Amino acid sequence: MSGKRIGAEAVATKGWLRANKWLLLRRLSQFGILTLFLLGPLAGIWIVKGNLNYSYTLDFLPLADPYVALQSAMTGHLPEKLGLIGLAIALVFYFLVGGRVYCSWVCPVNLVTDSAGWLRDRMGIKGSVHLSRNTRYWILGMTLVGSAGTGVVLWELINPVSMLHRGLIFGLGAAWTVVVAVFFFDLFVMSRGWCGHLCPVGAFYSLLGRWSPVRVAAPQRAACNDCMDCFEVCPEPQVIRPALKGEAKGVGPVILSPNCTNCGRCIDVCSKEVFSFGLRFNNPASTAKVE
Amino acid sequence: MATTNSKSPKSGAARRQFIFDAAKMACGVGMLGLGLGLYAKQAKALPPLALRPPGALPENDFLGACIRCGLCVRDCPYNILELAKPETPVATGTPYFTARNLPCEMCEDIPCVKACPTTALDHQLTDINKAKMGLAVLIDHETCLNFLGLRCDVCYRVCPVIDKAITLEMVPNQRTGRHAMFLPTVHSEHCTGCGKCEKSCVLEEAAIRVLPPKLAKGELGHHYRVGWEEQKKAGHSLMDESKMIDLPDRLPEGAMLPGHYDPASGHTEPMRGMAGSEAGIIPSLPPGLGGKP
Repeated sequence: MSGKRIGAEAVATKGWLRANKWLLLRRLSQFGILTLFLLGPLAGIWIVKGNLNYSYTLDFLPLADPYVALQSAMTGHLPEKLGLIGLAIALVFYFLVGGRVYCSWVCPVNLVTDSAGWLRDRMGIKGSVHLSRNTRYWILGMTLVGSAGTGVVLWELINPVSMLHRGLIFGLGAAWTVVVAVFFFDLFVMSRGWCGHLCPVGAFYSLLGRWSPVRVAAPQRAACNDCMDCFEVCPEPQVIRPALKGEAKGVGPVILSPNCTNCGRCIDVCSKEVFSFGLRFNNPASTAKVE
Repeated sequence: MATTNSKSPKSGAARRQFIFDAAKMACGVGMLGLGLGLYAKQAKALPPLALRPPGALPENDFLGACIRCGLCVRDCPYNILELAKPETPVATGTPYFTARNLPCEMCEDIPCVKACPTTALDHQLTDINKAKMGLAVLIDHETCLNFLGLRCDVCYRVCPVIDKAITLEMVPNQRTGRHAMFLPTVHSEHCTGCGKCEKSCVLEEAAIRVLPPKLAKGELGHHYRVGWEEQKKAGHSLMDESKMIDLPDRLPEGAMLPGHYDPASGHTEPMRGMAGSEAGIIPSLPPGLGGKP
């Protein structure tokens, strides 16, 4: 609530549209994908069948969720041919564009947690339960070991991501309670709690995108005026510092942390145009030559 | 993240902190895992009236193989299947149907199995008549109209595998003493568990229901051999009947079993109603008379 709003400076210098470009594109992607899935059941236009766990587009393109497939594999079951092809396509795609592109551009829960994050900021809620951001990796490990131990695709029993997405397409039932719980957890209990600390789906996609070529970088970091807007708006703020403030330590400007979701929000809110999408290979230790 | 450079003088404290953090995580996440594991155990207890699509693996394997995509639901031309919602007592997101609401129509091309991207629905199943979604059981002999002596026959008529999966077995109606009862009888070898019989049972609550085979079927001891089948296989009796010793059957003192042939007991009435017996053929009672004491 204190004085300036995040990104106000960017809106003033770049205009509203350019200061929200990646956010708008991301929402377009999220709602677009959801619409494609919903056209079938709601309007009878069957472009995509299934849900995010596995879908079949135009009776031609199979796509399978590698995390669900991995849990299934842990129980000793492999997909059929189409499932394997879908799995391969998803693995290659997310490896190339960044694993957590799934989180920020596709996952429907992102809309929920982004809303909670936005409202948290607007309401000026400060307190947040402290929990390591590595917790999600532990949960990821637990679901894999647990799947092997129980013979059940374990995380699917309670996964809010698939519950929400499947629910919207096949009938929500009581799944809304889980979604509301995630919303209020992020709003009142823990800032960026679900996506940033707990969700093993995101953790899995982080690992998948560990070496992804497409990354956000801060090639113009010399221009940074320390307004902190990027840190404030970023769902994984810890990933920014090494790249943005690495000049002195000889660290390149590319955000290499696999926890970065490639959402591009930092690019939007920076009035100095420090950030841009780029490739991980274009990562010189020094960017000081600019200006 | 919790560790610092292990060569620094603070490495001891750092190591301790790291171990402490790891223990904290292992315990916290372990608790969650334990809860989830117990929930998974519950989730395996598929309610008896929820049936899996044709070709579904046994429940234990199904819950590992199914990726909850709903493609089988989509490709079912009759919209029989649905995905379990979180509040349903079926593992969340997995497909099932309830025969009493909508039974399987047994499509010849089995589109639900074809649509499955995993082995959860066994792609080896190409003949729908070989499906084993469950086993119909005429579970209530007290309310089934045919058991009351009426000719309802609906379950028999609607059965897609009529005269194989369900037959009508004629038995005398002991109550009236002069009618027949036609008892619907399910044969597990041919029943696919489609649920048409349960759906169409005319009672308020179905007297015939499709149950998981595990609930519906008994199992002989593996060492059991059924004599008459062994005899058929061998072409002759497996024992020398001339050497059989007939021991007296144990009956209550002074009891007589009419028609019971047991020469060793001394309790036996002369055999009646059979060729060569002294009493000759039992005369049938006139309608409405006798039959009961």
